[in-house]
Amino acid sequence: MSDVATLDSKPGAGCGAPEVLRERGQREVFCGLTGIIWLHRKIQDAFFLIVGSRTCAHLMQSAAGVMIFAEPRFGTAIIEERDLAGMADANDELDKVVTRLLARRPDIKMLFLVGSCPSEVIKLDLSRAAQRLSKRFLPDVRVLNYTGSGIETTFTQGEDMCLASLVPELPAASEGDAPNLLIVGALADVVEDQFVRTFGKLGIEEVSALPPRRSTELPAVGPHTRFLLAQPFLGETARLLESRGAQRLAAPFPLGVEGTTGWLKAAADAWDVKAETFEAVVAPGQQRARVAIERYRERLAGQSLFFFPDSQLEIPIARFLSRELDMQLVEVGTPYLHRQHMAEELALLPTGVQLSEGQHVDRQIDRCRAARPDLTVCGLGLANPFEQEGLTTKWSIELVFTPIQGFEQAGDLAELFARPLVRRTKLEV
Amino acid sequence: MQLTVWTYEGPPHVGAMRVATAMKDVHYVLHAPQGDTYADLLFTMIERRDKRPPVTYTTFQARDLGSDTAELFKTAAAEAVERFQPKALLVGASCTAELIQDDPGGLAKALNLSVPVVPLELPSYSKKENWGAAETFYQTVRTLAGPNAPAPGSERTPRPVGRAPSCNLLGPTALGFRHRDDVLEVRKLLESIGVEVRVVAPLNATPADIARLGEADFNVVLYPEIALSAASWLKRTFRQPHTTVVPIGIGATKDFLKEVGELTGVDPNPALAGEPSRLPWWSRSIDSTYLTGKRVFVFGDGTHAVAAARVAQEELGFEVVGIGTYSREMAREVRAVAERYGVEALITDDYLEVEERIEALQPELVLGTQMERHMAKRLGIGCAVISAPVHVQDYPARYAPQMGWEGANVLFDTWVHPLVMGLEEHLLGMFREDFEFHDEAGGSHLAHGTRRATAAAEPVPEPAAAEIRIAAPVLQAAESRAEAESAPAAGEPAWTAEAEKELKKIPFFVRGKARRNTERFAAEHGVAAITVETLYDAKAHFGK
Ligand code: SF4
Ligand code: SF4
Repeated sequence: MSDVATLDSKPGAGCGAPEVLRERGQREVFCGLTGIIWLHRKIQDAFFLIVGSRTCAHLMQSAAGVMIFAEPRFGTAIIEERDLAGMADANDELDKVVTRLLARRPDIKMLFLVGSCPSEVIKLDLSRAAQRLSKRFLPDVRVLNYTGSGIETTFTQGEDMCLASLVPELPAASEGDAPNLLIVGALADVVEDQFVRTFGKLGIEEVSALPPRRSTELPAVGPHTRFLLAQPFLGETARLLESRGAQRLAAPFPLGVEGTTGWLKAAADAWDVKAETFEAVVAPGQQRARVAIERYRERLAGQSLFFFPDSQLEIPIARFLSRELDMQLVEVGTPYLHRQHMAEELALLPTGVQLSEGQHVDRQIDRCRAARPDLTVCGLGLANPFEQEGLTTKWSIELVFTPIQGFEQAGDLAELFARPLVRRTKLEV
Repeated sequence: MQLTVWTYEGPPHVGAMRVATAMKDVHYVLHAPQGDTYADLLFTMIERRDKRPPVTYTTFQARDLGSDTAELFKTAAAEAVERFQPKALLVGASCTAELIQDDPGGLAKALNLSVPVVPLELPSYSKKENWGAAETFYQTVRTLAGPNAPAPGSERTPRPVGRAPSCNLLGPTALGFRHRDDVLEVRKLLESIGVEVRVVAPLNATPADIARLGEADFNVVLYPEIALSAASWLKRTFRQPHTTVVPIGIGATKDFLKEVGELTGVDPNPALAGEPSRLPWWSRSIDSTYLTGKRVFVFGDGTHAVAAARVAQEELGFEVVGIGTYSREMAREVRAVAERYGVEALITDDYLEVEERIEALQPELVLGTQMERHMAKRLGIGCAVISAPVHVQDYPARYAPQMGWEGANVLFDTWVHPLVMGLEEHLLGMFREDFEFHDEAGGSHLAHGTRRATAAAEPVPEPAAAEIRIAAPVLQAAESRAEAESAPAAGEPAWTAEAEKELKKIPFFVRGKARRNTERFAAEHGVAAITVETLYDAKAHFGK
């Protein structure tokens, strides 16, 4: 926790670009393991085996809202004293756990070994373990590995690492193949289906998603592949896709009318869809979204908003709330700022908005208290204490657990922010 | 390596947080990576605390490893003391930092801080949450009360004549199961016989309170898992005796009062006069006849499991068919109780083993933790929560202690509630085919369904009360699981359609047992096809 806090004015940030306060200190954010909570529901035949400690298992249990599912497709191989003391060979132990697990779950076709802080500090080589186990269990089960550790990843970066581990496994599209579109980033199934339908209406037929719903349906990738990031936290996945020849379609993220339109437009342009066709296809969705959003404008317009860093969704959501609902941005925190992927978003932010990257939680709390925003977006550890101080809060984790992308969900996204404010005025206690 | 999905206890540093968060004017600097900050939400969400836990995490990252993690710790500790101005500082490491071996205790000492430092060494790879809480409490007591210890070998000055006897209540922490209310109830109980309560610790105690623990005449150990090691040290150091009975249930509350009487010379009888609790009459009154011999399975931490078994068997007239605990530290006590009731003790922290045992025993009621509540729901068995791990609904707004007289009332109400009641049970048994008595209906006072598939699919989205964004596959998974389990395994006696139909006429809450008994009977008697006859033969063989 050094006192490093720098105002970033590097060349390339450009004039008029928002100021970024870089903070280093205590970070009050989940680690990348947490992504397993949605990924294990999304990929229906995959199992996520964390190689970690009791802390990792306890994090999963606490963050998942405790025991939601009868038998979830994730678990933790807890490293014990004997593994550390060298009394047992950690690799043998891991093989034993995996063998038993796969015997009990014949429905599993893909196994992710997920690295944690302890497994990384003791330098347990999970990529070698994955290769070894893959050899043993293929063709029934493919074993991959990625890191979700808190020393390497912050919250949603866990999904980035997971998807990045899938990229080398994607089959190669052959030279003569028609261009295909890849939607990258886990979306709620309903949202994904909406997008695929819309692309179909635009005449883009070859559309697939990463991650797929089944591990056996990995999409092909090659030089004819164009991809759209559906989530803003996929830096590494994008890099690896590009190294396989795929091209990222630069776009804002599909949140709100403007973001969704820009996102769809990026694909439409790449496929040379005529402007009139595009207009005709998106107009009804845009119209419905505007109506749905309008319902919350009165409640939200002019209200000030403070974002604590959490999922990297902060900037696109802040852009939506400021441009489509006229909210006032006090500070927009993000755990990590990917300037290239965020370029379209940053260009849309109002001038002079305060961005912050990284965290020194105590100082940020000081700033938040001083600003007394109408609405504070923060994690579960901070929300109740803020409420007690009289600040109204929105739990940021709901933003990753709720379908919020696309035209049909734009109203729901606005509603998530209106709800705490409505509740405040309702309560007479 | 051990494969785990759900754990009964968190890591030991979470136990330390429970002590730190319970206290006033202390701060805990934890050498840990960022993800470990999840632990804050246990307190702010599950327990609805309105303050952040007094914990600073160093949140070191991979790039800090090998260079300046120790420096990071020192800066964090110095900053925390300056910002939060605690009267005592706890320092320690979580599992990851334990591997780096930065020695937080040594580093904090080197800082020459203006406040007492309690260094915590909590081995994350062999110990768990309750042990961590006990060790933290013990080290805190030693560090803060130690300087006031009398010279070794000196006698304790006897209490002056005419001064009321006094005690400390030891053990209640943050995130404890009903600790808040137990403290109030036990205080009332002690005051009713003229015993004064000096310090309650760690809950709401300041470092100054801890420093004067030695002043009281004796200690009350409310939760042995957490307070026993500190109480034993106080006994050795200050010659303060401590209680051994935990006052949960009528019998134990009476024993507790007797023990306090023996420790202090106070007459406990005034506390027993009148009808201090309703449980005895509620249990004797004829409406409760139907509770007789209800088969219960008990599982929890050692203290609550032992207490619950006694109340269930002796005070409600249930039959304890199984008992277990995840607290290995309390295995001996739980085994003793199991022996008394002629059942086998289950000492495990593997929830799958517990689930298997419940499935095999087919009890009518489970007294367990939140984990057993979920298992029981899936199995269609009633359940009441008696112990941590707990969830947000186990922190009720109302006063709901487990200990003392009012605690006994609470136990009666909450344990009887999940059962199908009295005459209704008979009616369900007599008129199975009444369409409104279908299985999914459950007890008419119970809003939730009891059917297996619905229960398994039920999402419990707290504390993140958000719809999980991919809900449909969950339902499918749950349904296919339910189906898979009702399919007969090869080689087992097969049910004829007729017998299967007859079985459906047996009320759902005993049907599992009837099915199991019949199959066992058939297997033991070499019957390949189960007919209606077999069903009734088995019934005659095993009794109800
Ligand atoms: S931060 Fe590291 S040790 Fe903590 S839960 Fe995450 S992976 Fe496990
Ligand atoms: S609703 Fe039925 S079971 Fe409940 S108390 Fe009334 S009669 Fe008894």
